[in-house]
Amino acid sequence: MTITFRTETFRDDFTFRNSPAGIRRFPFPFHEDGYMYSVNIEPHRPGAPGSVFEHGFDVDEHYVAEMADRALVLAEDPLRCQALPHMDLASWDYLELVMTTKARDYPELFTLETDGDRWHWTNRPLGIDDRFTFGVTSTLPCPPLEYIGRQTQGDHCLLDQRDNNLWMDAGMVTTQADWSLDFDIGMNFFEWHAPVPLAHEMGVFQRAIKFLTSIPQGQPSRRLNWTLTVNPRLDTSPENYPKWGPDKLTVTPDTIGEKMHLRVELQTFWRLPRSNALVFPIRCYLLRFDDLVTIPKWARRMHRVIRDLPPELVTYKGMSRYHPMLVEWLAAHDDGAPTSPGIFPD
Amino acid sequence: MIEPTILSRPTYGTLEPRPGRAHLLIADDAGSAAIVDLFARAPADFHESATILSVTKDLSGDEAAALHRLSPATLTACPDMPAMLNTLAGLLAEAGMGVQIYLAGTEPLIGQAMRVVIEAGIDHSAIATEHRGSLARRVQCVHCKGFMDEVTTQPVTCAHCGLSLFVRDHYSRRLAAFQGVCINAEDQSEIVPAEEVFR
Amino acid sequence: MSSTARALAVTVADVIEVTPLVKRFEFVSTDGAPLPPFSGGAHVVVELPDGDHLRRNPYSLMSSPRDLSRYAISVRRDDGGRGGSRYLHEQVVPGMAMTISAPVNLFALDLRARKHLMIAGGIGITPFIAQIHQLSGGGAPFELHYKARSAPLAAYMDDLAARHPGAVHACCSDRGEDLDLDTLLTTQPLGTHLYVCGPERLIAGVTARAAALGWPARHVHVEHFAAPPPGLPFAVRLAASNLSITVRGEQSLLEAIEEAGVDAPYLCRGGACGQCETAVVACDGTLHHHDHWLTDAQRETGDRIMPCVSRFTGRLLTLDR
Ligand code: HEM
Ligand code: FES
Repeated sequence: MTITFRTETFRDDFTFRNSPAGIRRFPFPFHEDGYMYSVNIEPHRPGAPGSVFEHGFDVDEHYVAEMADRALVLAEDPLRCQALPHMDLASWDYLELVMTTKARDYPELFTLETDGDRWHWTNRPLGIDDRFTFGVTSTLPCPPLEYIGRQTQGDHCLLDQRDNNLWMDAGMVTTQADWSLDFDIGMNFFEWHAPVPLAHEMGVFQRAIKFLTSIPQGQPSRRLNWTLTVNPRLDTSPENYPKWGPDKLTVTPDTIGEKMHLRVELQTFWRLPRSNALVFPIRCYLLRFDDLVTIPKWARRMHRVIRDLPPELVTYKGMSRYHPMLVEWLAAHDDGAPTSPGIFPD
Repeated sequence: MIEPTILSRPTYGTLEPRPGRAHLLIADDAGSAAIVDLFARAPADFHESATILSVTKDLSGDEAAALHRLSPATLTACPDMPAMLNTLAGLLAEAGMGVQIYLAGTEPLIGQAMRVVIEAGIDHSAIATEHRGSLARRVQCVHCKGFMDEVTTQPVTCAHCGLSLFVRDHYSRRLAAFQGVCINAEDQSEIVPAEEVFR
Repeated sequence: MSSTARALAVTVADVIEVTPLVKRFEFVSTDGAPLPPFSGGAHVVVELPDGDHLRRNPYSLMSSPRDLSRYAISVRRDDGGRGGSRYLHEQVVPGMAMTISAPVNLFALDLRARKHLMIAGGIGITPFIAQIHQLSGGGAPFELHYKARSAPLAAYMDDLAARHPGAVHACCSDRGEDLDLDTLLTTQPLGTHLYVCGPERLIAGVTARAAALGWPARHVHVEHFAAPPPGLPFAVRLAASNLSITVRGEQSLLEAIEEAGVDAPYLCRGGACGQCETAVVACDGTLHHHDHWLTDAQRETGDRIMPCVSRFTGRLLTLDR
């Protein structure tokens, strides 16, 4: 299967679109007609061919455009990629994980040749062909986390493991749902999750940390998270809130279908064996509401989820301004028929 | 007493003497009383192994005098925060494992001193703290990354970029600051009046 | 939602007598591929099929994390134990096919440290050897103090001392040497992290002195080498699986559960990681907790047990497994 990489933007004129195949493979996050936080973690096993779960690191038609958008963000704000000094080994660990996994899963796109510590990496979609010494930062054009982060879709958090806790001590974060790496770097699992409503009281985080700290190497896990974003904008950072906040005022019943996007994060958890750190890639997928409602099951379910969403989540996910309008718009796409279990289209 | 809100918002304890051969105590004017109270609870020879570092508005004021009366082995008073933080970094460079660190006073003092101690290689959980004095906050504007040291209002106008900032309880130890986020980013015509809340 | 490290098929490449009591076992992967990377302080769980009894024992990797062509462990023969070390010493020979787990690290270096201060007792030296390999590629300085009964019994001492002059210090009790802990712990630069691995008594002694001398708890790291102690046989009801089993004297409760074909999670098999925690449904007798995981309060309530190391005496123990 060859991927045709789209030429598109995630800002200004927003030319981002999903192809028909892209719509069908979208990781719709609701397996039932309602949503509440839970410890929704499952093994990150290879999934159905063509699905976003087929490979450990999914590469899709937006790859090249997303990497171009990332470069624009980093040029404006270098603090989006940071590593505390003790995270160098974990950064190399992550570079190794991505390179070996992608070269195995997409041999037509990526090649890795190794001879001891001498590595040769080819990334054909981005036109990169580099030789370097594994573990020696001066042999790369930039530090290892930045190097691999500029070539891998999604955000990337490297978590040091100490005292039965995880510490966000490094990351590359340019496609986030309104949180700041520069602010959160150095925090532990409970601290960076502090702003999340309800989940602490439900014991979600206490149970999750026990699981996360014992993830063995070679056995990654995953979960899906979601929010809504106006316009297909990847960089909805707090830093740039004054740039994307006003977009919310442009939402009207007439523009919802075009402007409103379901934003799903495929989050995976991997043990990094050389450093004993954990890596948490957060891969963002966007789906226009107009495209979403072409799948009848998703249209029905989306309406019911948004309608019944607990008020705390409506506020936290930033949709207070237009929640009633959304429910009304979605209601018109829900014929009341029952939906089948699971996330996949019928 | 600062009440816990969200888990990233620091809370503070009451200073108690700890086992250790050297004691490094840092206070601003508000915190000096906490140091005095700690000495009252400590073994009689505590002062012999104590180094006090203070930041004070008045080098010959009551607070400075109260610390002097504790007769610590070393007492250094600094006229401002940067001078104190520099001196602290210097003292830590000479210190060894086992030194006990106590911070007392306002949150900006505790937060900024803690940052220097962490940078010297000590885990933050090992640092004893006691809050005294005002609730004024050190705030970082998430947009322009500028800091403000004594924020008392909600919202506050960023002294650097001019945006009206909502002061969150979300706190970064590494920056020693609360997060300020534009309160009317979605609709700049919404003007939220500032109220004095952090006193 | 639980974890168990995946299995690796290996072949014994070499068995080397290091001291009269210690043998080193070297493994290569059976398919010839490099072994998975690991970090210093990691252990593997080695499957020991002794007759019809399958034991799984954890051993620290002592080879270099930079050399993935082979793994090495060192095993001290313990004739009073459950027989795992005896099996390794007597039965395992080069060429044998074995199964080990992928490495898991519960004793990792704190890479924020300005200096790593290591204290080893006896065979507790092994995780430090891998950590020293890891650190010699760059990183903070280290200092190792190695307590042993005598120089001939101090496995790898000469080699370590020769390779890291000034950083490795022997302390042999037959030479009347003792570790001057107070001096050691009061002369370390700020930002030092302390690591202890060895007999329980050494760990308890060092951690108590460190606390008394004002070391922060998070700067002190220990590896409990808690081998599951043997005991008397006992009867267990596995409620969720609807099975009744008997745990033999030289078998751990976890091994007995596994032998019954019931899947049970684990990582350390030494009472340290918390993975195997199991709810106690009913307990007509006394639980004997040997783990380092449960708090005193949790033991008091008696509603859970760590089957990798803990045992029971009495009429019947019923578990939610
Ligand atoms: C260990 C890797 C993880 C990282 C780095 C991470 C990071 C984050 C961050 C930065 C946020 C935004 C918080 C804010 O508002 O500032 C967040 C939100 C959240 N996280 Fe995590 N997280 C991780 C794992 C988990 C796990 C395992 C769970 C649950 C089982 C979880 C549940 C949540 C929930 C429910 C939210 C709120 C999201 C929303 O409603 O949109 N996270 N996470
Ligand atoms: S397996 Fe680690 S505590 Fe039992």
